[in-house]
Amino acid sequence: MSEPVSALNRATFDGLAHVQEAGLQGMITLRGTVLDEGFAKAVSDVTGLALPGQRGVVSGGDSTLVWMSPDELLLLCPHGDTSDRVAKLTAALGDTHALVVDVSDARAIFTLSGPQLREVVAKLAPVDMSPAAFQPGTVRRTRFAQVAAAVWLSDAETAQIICFRSVAPYMFALLCNAATPGTAVGIF
Amino acid sequence: MLILTCPYCGVKAEETELHGGGEAHLTRFGPESSDEAFEGYLFQRENPKGVHFERWRHAQGCGKWFHAARCTVTLEVFGTYSAQTSEPPQNIRDAISAKRPGWTWRSFA
Repeated sequence: MSEPVSALNRATFDGLAHVQEAGLQGMITLRGTVLDEGFAKAVSDVTGLALPGQRGVVSGGDSTLVWMSPDELLLLCPHGDTSDRVAKLTAALGDTHALVVDVSDARAIFTLSGPQLREVVAKLAPVDMSPAAFQPGTVRRTRFAQVAAAVWLSDAETAQIICFRSVAPYMFALLCNAATPGTAVGIF
Repeated sequence: MLILTCPYCGVKAEETELHGGGEAHLTRFGPESSDEAFEGYLFQRENPKGVHFERWRHAQGCGKWFHAARCTVTLEVFGTYSAQTSEPPQNIRDAISAKRPGWTWRSFA
């Protein structure tokens, strides 16, 4: 069995914010009729989490459910548990029209932390990062410069950013550049 | 910069997060249709100065297609609505009528 390796092997950078490639993270894409009772119950039973509402992020224990679109959720879990969770979800969903796919190896996840992380994100994404508009518990799918990404705050000073693994070096370069010391715009 | 609110995820997305999909509410004519009908489906467009209906895709977000009603002269947006419809809903028509009385667009008014 080969050793799993994350996109940038937990590379880090310190500047306006602390940037880190967050390492191995289990990610499971769930597609289905989220409003369907059978789907909601199956997902809740396996994850132990309530289903997030529009643009919501729900965390508990070692799992997080992220709302990706009206018919798509992303389940984050420990990397080693991924295949087990996929099997449990597939079994629980049974005949429900739904899709469960392990996408852990297709994505990269970055953690951005520090009091100035809003500055860093706002330089790269066309998103209102003011504390009034963007708070923990909300996910925003958007672009960071030229690549698609999803960003949410796990607490007031920590952001999680997901992108495709193939663009992980680009994303890391972007974040490091935007976090270059002395480049704070000072909006937030 | 055009800012449209995606009706599926509620995000106020600016133009760079979206992908334009051309004119809305086209009726498709394919095999078995007359040459005139097929030509009309492929090429005939309103290209209006004023009220216009378009398809947009929230490409850098939830990925869903939706409709937008806007003014091509002022870039004013009258509203966005679901893609699962073949005509603009009444609330969108009312919003346009309030600002552009007497507007018409194809068979809609």
